[in-house]
Amino acid sequence: MTATENAIEARNTVKAFGQGTAAVRALDDVSVTIRKGEFFTLLGPSGCGKTTLLRLIAGFETPTSGQIWLDGQDITHLPPNKRPVNTVFQSYALFPHLTVAQNVGFALQMQGKPKAEVAQTAREMLALVKLEHLADRKITQMSGGQQQRVALARALAARPKVLLLDEPLSALDLKLRKEMQVELKRLQLETGITFVFVTHDQEEALTMSDRIGVMSNGKLQQIGSPRDIYTRPVNRFVASFIGETNFLPATLQGAAARLGSGDLVEVAGGEGRAGAVTVTVRPEQVRLVPPGEAGAMAATIRDWVYFGTDTHVHLTLADGAEVVARLQSNPTGEAGLSRGAPAGLRFAPGAAQVLGD
Amino acid sequence: MADRRFEPTRIPGFATVAVLAFVALYLPIFTLVAYAFNGGTSIAVWEGVSLHWFSKAWENEAVKSATLRSLTIASLAAIIATGCATLAALGTTRRRAFKGQTFIYVMINQPLMVPEIVTAVALLILFGMVKQWTGYQGLGYLVLAHSAFCIPFAYLPIRARLEGMDLSLETAAADLYANPWQTFRHVTLPLLAPGILAGAMLAFVISLDDVVITEFVKSGGQDTLPTYMLGQMRRAITPEVNAISTGLLGLTVILLTAFFLLTRKKA
Amino acid sequence: MSISEDAAAARSVRNAWALSAPALILLTLAAAGPLLIVLVYSFLSPGKYGNVEWVFSLDGWRSVLYTKDIFDDSLQLADAHLTIFWRSVKLSLLTTGITFLVGFPTAWFIATRPPRARALWLFLITIPFWTNLLIRTFAINEVIRNEGLFNTVMIKLGLFSEPLRIINTDAAVLMGMTYVYLPLMVLPLFAAIDRFDMRLLEAGYDLYASRWQVLRRIILPIVKPGIIAGSILVFVPSLGAYVTPRVLGGGKQMMIGNFIELQFGQGRNWPLGAALSMSLLIVVMVALLVYVRAAGKEGHGHG
Repeated sequence: MTATENAIEARNTVKAFGQGTAAVRALDDVSVTIRKGEFFTLLGPSGCGKTTLLRLIAGFETPTSGQIWLDGQDITHLPPNKRPVNTVFQSYALFPHLTVAQNVGFALQMQGKPKAEVAQTAREMLALVKLEHLADRKITQMSGGQQQRVALARALAARPKVLLLDEPLSALDLKLRKEMQVELKRLQLETGITFVFVTHDQEEALTMSDRIGVMSNGKLQQIGSPRDIYTRPVNRFVASFIGETNFLPATLQGAAARLGSGDLVEVAGGEGRAGAVTVTVRPEQVRLVPPGEAGAMAATIRDWVYFGTDTHVHLTLADGAEVVARLQSNPTGEAGLSRGAPAGLRFAPGAAQVLGD
Repeated sequence: MADRRFEPTRIPGFATVAVLAFVALYLPIFTLVAYAFNGGTSIAVWEGVSLHWFSKAWENEAVKSATLRSLTIASLAAIIATGCATLAALGTTRRRAFKGQTFIYVMINQPLMVPEIVTAVALLILFGMVKQWTGYQGLGYLVLAHSAFCIPFAYLPIRARLEGMDLSLETAAADLYANPWQTFRHVTLPLLAPGILAGAMLAFVISLDDVVITEFVKSGGQDTLPTYMLGQMRRAITPEVNAISTGLLGLTVILLTAFFLLTRKKA
Repeated sequence: MSISEDAAAARSVRNAWALSAPALILLTLAAAGPLLIVLVYSFLSPGKYGNVEWVFSLDGWRSVLYTKDIFDDSLQLADAHLTIFWRSVKLSLLTTGITFLVGFPTAWFIATRPPRARALWLFLITIPFWTNLLIRTFAINEVIRNEGLFNTVMIKLGLFSEPLRIINTDAAVLMGMTYVYLPLMVLPLFAAIDRFDMRLLEAGYDLYASRWQVLRRIILPIVKPGIIAGSILVFVPSLGAYVTPRVLGGGKQMMIGNFIELQFGQGRNWPLGAALSMSLLIVVMVALLVYVRAAGKEGHGHG
């Protein structure tokens, strides 16, 4: 791997807060490589260490041990004002005493660029986020969505090598958030800048990212494309944090797994392993078939919940293990379902996955 | 009564006491101001509206020099105290707790805790010695004393402003290539400015108002406006004192109004 | 913690001291430091024409409470001094009590106004707060002196045949101090009431409390830190008052502050003045400590 292909490299970074026995490891030996031009998302629940990693990359914190590399250079001890990396803050952190244009031009002004260039770039950046008509407004006169755009323009103005985004959409309402997701993706494609995006919203991560790093307890659990992460989760945490899923205890028998109910199902990811495992299968990959159909598992319908576009059917297998199947809703009502009725179950081919520990 | 709502915050009699308290607070002040416009020679008998005592005070050389002295001391003290207080506020806020922090707080707020008369006596003794050793009798002693006791008054609004400031703004500045000095110059200082101005104004008013410490520290012929007035009150009081008081009152009200507008705008 | 973090922490502490240094130096020179000289002076002998002789003596401290009989050198409690101390304490406590009784309803009234009106009322209480103490003392003098507003109106109304002598009495000093220190009571009370969650009142009434019970059992306990703060803010300057008793007490109704000044003026007993100053300082510090303790306990109690 040559250094020039990688925008950011975190090497065995550890960040501990507090001292001695009271020390908490916000980051526990995290290594990750983020490629140039990539939209990379750090996804995880609050307190998982994703923001800490972002702050290490930005230079607001120094790692307790380990290194941060940027574009083939060790920047671990470079102060934030000397790193070609900019941040869109969760609170936006827009300067209330400056106008919109002054905020956007701030970085270039600090770099000592000539006034004309600062003004010109600020105009371009505001055009990029479609706010050129509000250049002379005060920050306090802007709506939340507009402030978000100003924060973006400000962070992009100095053409950073990497743009860091710390849950930038969390303060917006649902509709604006969807709009901004599209907007962010467009900006990333237009500018070609590497985006490192932090969020706890799995849907946001899946729709926008080239790759996702799932974090929990200060560790990276899995790195992969959205499809990888969703369809091939490596462990229980990743499987349950992203989307809904069924967990079924099973015993491996070659390429197949025998469930507790005695049914034998084809599974992926069991290579080189043996014995008791957990199999996961997404509800939308579970098919309901007439009871007694050849090769189908025998199940009993317990209940169902109507969600609009789809209906979740709760079933139990022969051993009492619970399985949820997600079916497309029927506009006239779920005619075939009745509580306690027998049903047949099938998993879509390749949908069942053996989890790591 | 159907239209009388139950008002949980209303406590019977409280409003009456409050309104009476405000009347009691302002009646004497209005009386004082009214007598300043008295045409007569005594403060006892009302003889019609006149600006006589204002012009009398204005022509009085002693009043003039005391006014000038008061303003000089207050300006210098406000500048020095605000400078020290701004630095101290930057030094003591927004940091992890450290050894000696309490000591600094206690030192800075010490003038608020020690009775003024005690400080006055202490300065009388110390500056008396220094005056004897050095022979210097100038305004420096008053400026020094005023600067010291004005520090906590300047410190409080500056510190409050600093603590209310969003830390992420300075982080953002650093992220946007500002070095520490640029961050201070372009972000911290402009955001802090209203607090500094408010602190300076409070310091000015406090210095202008001081009687006790000034009375003990001043050398002969160094009356400020308040000590001049205190001296006058020992003699037969003429409405001239009312006129001076009214002038000083007006100045205080103007400064306070400005202070309120300043601190309210961006609170 | 890494070496760079330790270094950064050490740098931060150095910066804190460096930035605070000018203020600390100024305060040491012209506020805190000179107090030590007063302490030293309290252990010296008085000079003939004021100032001190550099001879160690405990007479300064002894004469705070005792006088030496001129004939047989026996020590007797100094009645005159005790009268002054008692007057100071009595008037300060009364001032604190009265300002609370008036100030609490006033602060409550301000805090329960609608936001815009509240800012105005608050401004109205702040103006006297920042107005020159001497001017305010002089203003109350305008009302209560023999030819002042009060007596003039009373005589005009035929209620008095001759002016009521208020000036130069304890009552005048008490009225003056109550008047000048009232804003000092109202402001911290207001701050405490402002933080008070008014929904608790509805809860109280919902649970059958009467107005009096709500005041006693809910409001007062919760705003207690404000009450303590206000009381200290009034009591401490009252005890050391100088201007108000001088202007309204006419030099006869002396308080400790005036008594101290006397030692440095006509009394020419600087060591006694220094010892009195130190005594006053000690009493004030004890009051402040009690306050810090009480405030600290409140803070813990509410989590």
